[in-house]
Amino acid sequence: MVSGCAPSAAPQLDDREPQFFTRAEWRFVNAWVDRLIPPDATGPGAIEAGVPGFIDLQLAGPYGAGAYWYMSGPFHPDAPATLGYQHPHTPRALYRQAIAGLDADVRRRHGKAFAALSPDARDAYLKLVEADGVGLEGVSASAFFDLAWRNTREGYFSDPIHGGNRGMAAWRMVGFPGARADFTDWMDKPGAPYPLGPVSIGGRKFG
Amino acid sequence: MSPRPKPVDAVIIGYGWTGAIMAKTLTDAGLSVVALERGPMRDTSPDFSYPQVADELRHGIRGEYWQPLARETVTIRHRLDQEAVPYRQYGSFVLGNGVGGAGTHWNGQQWRASPEDLRFRSHVLERYGAQAIGPDMTIQDYPVTFEELEPHFDHFEKVAGVSGRAGNLRGTLMPGGNPFEGPRSDAFPNPPVADIESSIRFARAARELGYNAFPMPAANASRAYTNPYGVRMGPCNLCGFCERFGCFLYSKASPQTTILPILKHRTNLEVRPNAQVTRILLDSDGKRAVGAAYVDEKGDLIEQRADLVILSAFQMHNVRLLLLSGIGEPYDPATGKGVVGKNYAYQMVSSVSAYFDKDVHLNPFIGAGAGGQQVIDDFNSDHFDHTGLGFIGGSLIFAGATGARPIEQMNLPPDAPRWGAGWKAAAAAHYGHSMSVATMGAVMSYRDAYLDLDPTYRDALGQPLLRMTFNWHENEYRLAAHANAKARSIVEAMKPKSIGVNLIKPGENYDVRRYQSTHTTGGAIMGADPATSVINRYSQSWDVPNLFVMGASAFPQNLGYNPTGLLAGLAYFSAAEIRDRYLKAPGPLVDA
Repeated sequence: MVSGCAPSAAPQLDDREPQFFTRAEWRFVNAWVDRLIPPDATGPGAIEAGVPGFIDLQLAGPYGAGAYWYMSGPFHPDAPATLGYQHPHTPRALYRQAIAGLDADVRRRHGKAFAALSPDARDAYLKLVEADGVGLEGVSASAFFDLAWRNTREGYFSDPIHGGNRGMAAWRMVGFPGARADFTDWMDKPGAPYPLGPVSIGGRKFG
Repeated sequence: MSPRPKPVDAVIIGYGWTGAIMAKTLTDAGLSVVALERGPMRDTSPDFSYPQVADELRHGIRGEYWQPLARETVTIRHRLDQEAVPYRQYGSFVLGNGVGGAGTHWNGQQWRASPEDLRFRSHVLERYGAQAIGPDMTIQDYPVTFEELEPHFDHFEKVAGVSGRAGNLRGTLMPGGNPFEGPRSDAFPNPPVADIESSIRFARAARELGYNAFPMPAANASRAYTNPYGVRMGPCNLCGFCERFGCFLYSKASPQTTILPILKHRTNLEVRPNAQVTRILLDSDGKRAVGAAYVDEKGDLIEQRADLVILSAFQMHNVRLLLLSGIGEPYDPATGKGVVGKNYAYQMVSSVSAYFDKDVHLNPFIGAGAGGQQVIDDFNSDHFDHTGLGFIGGSLIFAGATGARPIEQMNLPPDAPRWGAGWKAAAAAHYGHSMSVATMGAVMSYRDAYLDLDPTYRDALGQPLLRMTFNWHENEYRLAAHANAKARSIVEAMKPKSIGVNLIKPGENYDVRRYQSTHTTGGAIMGADPATSVINRYSQSWDVPNLFVMGASAFPQNLGYNPTGLLAGLAYFSAAEIRDRYLKAPGPLVDA
């Protein structure tokens, strides 16, 4: 926090220019993932780790267009949940429609945008959405919750080559050595703490 | 108009493990062979090169080596009276694609069937009586014995450079191996890969309880090795990128690292990638295959004529192609008549996780798909008395780590928050200090579990998708609960700080969202009677004798083992018969 400024409810934004998200969506997504993985002494928060930029790049590319999913109809969103995702929305459509609906819903409830809510108020709203407590027109808010949380973990823990996991800080936090992929020197000492930090596909190394 | 390439002696549909085995045998015999593979060409270099391959998002999550579901998937329903819906995103199982097939991205857990698995119905009747087989169960014997397959299991283990410790060498029990395995004619070609920390703890606890822990037989070479074809493999370094990845070290056996190198320059073999077969072509009376029609990468429909057709695609695709081609009578669950699509089965998995203190360093990222793991076979097949248990069949129980990929395999205690600061604290605290003991159990075959063509949904070429009708039955819930209780007792003996249990409860439906197993079986089963099977003991179609169907689609019911060892053994058994008898006098190898 810069001294002299009043504490702001809204988090600092990922410093990249979004390719897919509008400015309003960008503020929403930053504020959303900031609560899924908040910053603290344990390790990086989602924004510091570059999760919003990761999600933006994913949505701008083939993944966002639904290229990895079977997207032919008819669609039966009311099929048993155990039969998997049955919504007609690609990842892009799900983010775009859900964010618009959720931000409007927050404005109705609180008179301001989701990104302007306090961290506690944002946490409470995430819990409500996770529990399927917010009904939106034409799109499932809980499906958005699930996908955004999945994509957040992807951006947090994937190789930095994809735009998230900045500084491999999430890997360093848990002790995953990334793309090191050679443990010949540790095969004869299985229970000893592994001493080396992570390596990225791009060649950055810790230890 | 379809262009017609030059006719050949044999066409192979699907170029994974069994396609490669058949290509080797048929080209050895001097036949001209074309192999059609729906996916792209893939080889160790450049496709599996380090460091690009060590990318969890690209391979482990998005599934670069998997069949693109956007073009073709399956539909799934739990019951006959439901409408099936598409498997739109990967979850429960992953489908291979490209040269090498699922043999590219498998774990390499390399098992033979137990002798009683191959005569399972007879064995259960003899030991437990008819009441042990539920009225809706449609289990059958394999029409081939362990003794007949053993030389072929042995050969495949040598081709694949399998690392392990023999448990029963020509009838003599060997210390430290699997005492329940059928007698083997030879030891594994390579010694076990070094144990990883979680396996060491598991094996110690299992032995304390009197169970027989031994190294997981691993198609991960533990040392530099040259296979019987002269192909060289390199030692596994426990890099953690087996499952869902291609091996950059030439250590994990795949068609690319064991068989394809010697076929590459054969002038009597042509491999055509990006060739998606849409039909097996039949002559006018439907009794003889005359080749295969496929769509190439330009979208042209091509007819490849051949005298012999080998259907060696993945289990589900074999069944779909038979149905699309009108070969064999489709199975009808209402009458129990018909055979194609019958006896689809799966596996039921469970696990018990152990969460240790921070001073216990499991280094879970050090591991392989199979190498370094330990397993017990005490509660699999009929290795234990099932009297009074209310189920038949069993489970492997094993420990190890396949890479601890942090997106997919973050193993947190059940009371950890799902997200937020609490989730992050749990991830930081437990990642390096948690492990799982897994159970992988057999699923029987049932009258209401089967495959047919979906009436509604289509693939990118406009053809009907395969429809799966499948759910758990009482036998599986009981079998999994039994194995899970054993796994739990082992985990408790490891004295962790806390425990987490993952077990499907009675009444819960098959959930396609969570990865469980790619060991899907049946639908083109082998048997002794054409009224109840699609292929004979040599994997030859009863209806179209110049068609042979490879793979786990042949299994009459599933096992508590990984399928690759058995399906490779069946392929070599079939290949020998084709070479020694069929090619000399083409026709039915078994009288119907």
